[in-house]
Amino acid sequence: MNFAVLQFPASNCDQDAVHALRDVFGHPTRYVWHKENSLGDTDAVIVPGGFSYGDYLRCGAIARFSPVMQAVKQFAENGGLVLGICNGFQVLTEAGLLPGALVRNRDLQFHCEHIFLKTATPDSPFTNKIPAGKILRMPIAHGEGCYFADEETLAKLKTNNQILWQYCDAAGNLTDTANPNGALLNIAGICNEKRNVAGLMPHPERASEPLLGSADGRLIFESMIAALENKAAEKAA
Amino acid sequence: MKAKIVITPKKAVVDPQGKTVQGALAQMGYTGVTGVHIGKYIEIDLAPGTDKADAQKALNDAAHRFLSNPVIEDYKLEITE
Repeated sequence: MNFAVLQFPASNCDQDAVHALRDVFGHPTRYVWHKENSLGDTDAVIVPGGFSYGDYLRCGAIARFSPVMQAVKQFAENGGLVLGICNGFQVLTEAGLLPGALVRNRDLQFHCEHIFLKTATPDSPFTNKIPAGKILRMPIAHGEGCYFADEETLAKLKTNNQILWQYCDAAGNLTDTANPNGALLNIAGICNEKRNVAGLMPHPERASEPLLGSADGRLIFESMIAALENKAAEKAA
Repeated sequence: MKAKIVITPKKAVVDPQGKTVQGALAQMGYTGVTGVHIGKYIEIDLAPGTDKADAQKALNDAAHRFLSNPVIEDYKLEITE
């Protein structure tokens, strides 16, 4: 499977994403500079973390207008898989590829720590390999990760099963203490209605090797790879 | 000619900065403050001779698409000579 990892000025988690997919999972992965007009031969796009454009104006507000985002929009419209991580999630909400917005952490602090995630549904190309009941331990590193959407949008997310991950405690309870940033409904990650675009604030690319403290992030990439392989097998049949 | 845009957080969005500043004002002894909301102010310089109506239309578009995020912010646009 070919993975493309976007690079905006001041993205800084692009190398970690390439390392996870290319070196840990062994799939051909390349960087795509934000000025490119085409993604080339790509099966999935990762919009990485960082501080694109210095977080100026709003996080991801300027990156969403980069030339490459036109290609990403088209790719998503054609059903391609897109995963936004941290700043990538912010770029996708600003671009309207995902609903809602990410605002300043409720306690105004930058949170750099490990959190626990509960997977709300296995029914997506990003969660199909996560065993039921498994709590994922992953690092977060953000100052603006508080997910916000109006009542109507939140209701839609719930009805359509678009909430993928929620902050929880070690036992899987969705508590206020387990919520590092005040995100509504403890939302850490969601997908779009078509279920081919997802975003999350935690960093699975920094939780794909035991050496880094947790390899739970692997399950998200394994899900994507399985979904892509199934699609390829269906096409061949 | 100048365009002045004031961007404020929507009431439904929790404004921890505003709350923090409100607390600080109270601590400093300022009474009667019932709310603080922190937003952004953007000033855009326009070339002399720019048509005011055209500028209004174009900047409303820019404010809606880019300068503000309608999911979480409201904006007010004013064009002055």
